[in-house]
Amino acid sequence: MYITEEQILEWLQEVKDPEIPVLSLVDLGVITDIDIDDHRVRVTITPTFVGCPAIDYMKQDISDVLNSYGIDHVDVVVSFEKSWNSNMITEKGRKALKDFGLAPPPKHNLIVDIDILERIECPNCGSTNTILNSPFGPTACRSIHHCNDCKETFEQFKPV
Amino acid sequence: MNETALKELLYKMADDQLIIGHRNSEWTGMGPLLEEDIAFSSMAQDKVGQSHALYQILHSLGESEPDTIAFTRNAEQFHNCTLTELPNGEYDFSLIRHFLFDTAEAIRFELLTESSYTPLAQLAKKIQGEIRYHTMHANTWIKQLGTATEESISRLQSSLDKALPYALGIFEPSPYEQELIADGIFPGEEVLKEKWTSRITEILSQTSLQLPDLNSIEPEFGGRTGKHTEHLQPLVEEMSEVFRIDPGAEW
Repeated sequence: MYITEEQILEWLQEVKDPEIPVLSLVDLGVITDIDIDDHRVRVTITPTFVGCPAIDYMKQDISDVLNSYGIDHVDVVVSFEKSWNSNMITEKGRKALKDFGLAPPPKHNLIVDIDILERIECPNCGSTNTILNSPFGPTACRSIHHCNDCKETFEQFKPV
Repeated sequence: MNETALKELLYKMADDQLIIGHRNSEWTGMGPLLEEDIAFSSMAQDKVGQSHALYQILHSLGESEPDTIAFTRNAEQFHNCTLTELPNGEYDFSLIRHFLFDTAEAIRFELLTESSYTPLAQLAKKIQGEIRYHTMHANTWIKQLGTATEESISRLQSSLDKALPYALGIFEPSPYEQELIADGIFPGEEVLKEKWTSRITEILSQTSLQLPDLNSIEPEFGGRTGKHTEHLQPLVEEMSEVFRIDPGAEW
């Protein structure tokens, strides 16, 4: 069987973030390399946060999905060589986050200051009349905000 | 590259992260505000995760598995600075420690992004982005409570005075300073301390808190060479209790 990197990436669209089931690992940007050697596939991933507890789960999921397409030898390697930042979330991924009710992270120049956490667009009503409640949310990668217009409290996938 | 020097640096950093992470986790369910409870728990997760990544590098250099390193040593085998092991105390003490320690760690990782040892430079680059949220959190509260009421200011001031000798212990010189500097692994504790002093001075100058002359304070050294306070051994025992019940367990 001849497989291409594109094919692998297409299959991996099935692997979702364990905590955000609408967002694939491909669109999240955590898959940084795919090496195909005959019928062995090596997938390199990089965590959004170093202490992300979902990494082992993701590794298993990647192996399971590729196994189901007949690839018996899958190695999933965690590396910091290509370090994740939130600009790596694709446009498709950003839309999925928004539809899920999670504000996507603002694009930034890799220097995150407190200013860009303020006035985040509310995923419920679109208002930017919002305040940051806490840069720490229910998972390492989310912050908590409040919308002064629709009065909803919402979470944001935070910029890193 | 001097591997002994590199390992010593990695051990002290990893142990700092593990121990302060464990102390932060003790605020889970105990925070003065729900957001603070979540913040300290979240920072705990980051820091324990970062210690794991540093122990992984040590493992790749021939040391034991991360769990074995973390959970099977006694207090005198740890290289964390004593500031990280002190009990949480009241919120004012935890906040001051968080501010003093995280500022130093943020600068340490900034410096390490330029390290000649690539795996550490890559990890430092990643961790730097996470720690920024930790220092942002500390600075926000120090500025708010350091300018709020007479009580909040005097409590923070007394915690600051109590914590400073231990905070200076962060920069206890390594026996391998010269090797680390010469090999381009790390620019050294003295450089770190200078940058730290100027950064905490800048934040504290925006509050009613007074920073004493640091040269007049005797640093609490010893942590880096395994001489700890009475508080570390009980912490290590609690932290490793489950692991020690069945060290070979598959989770």
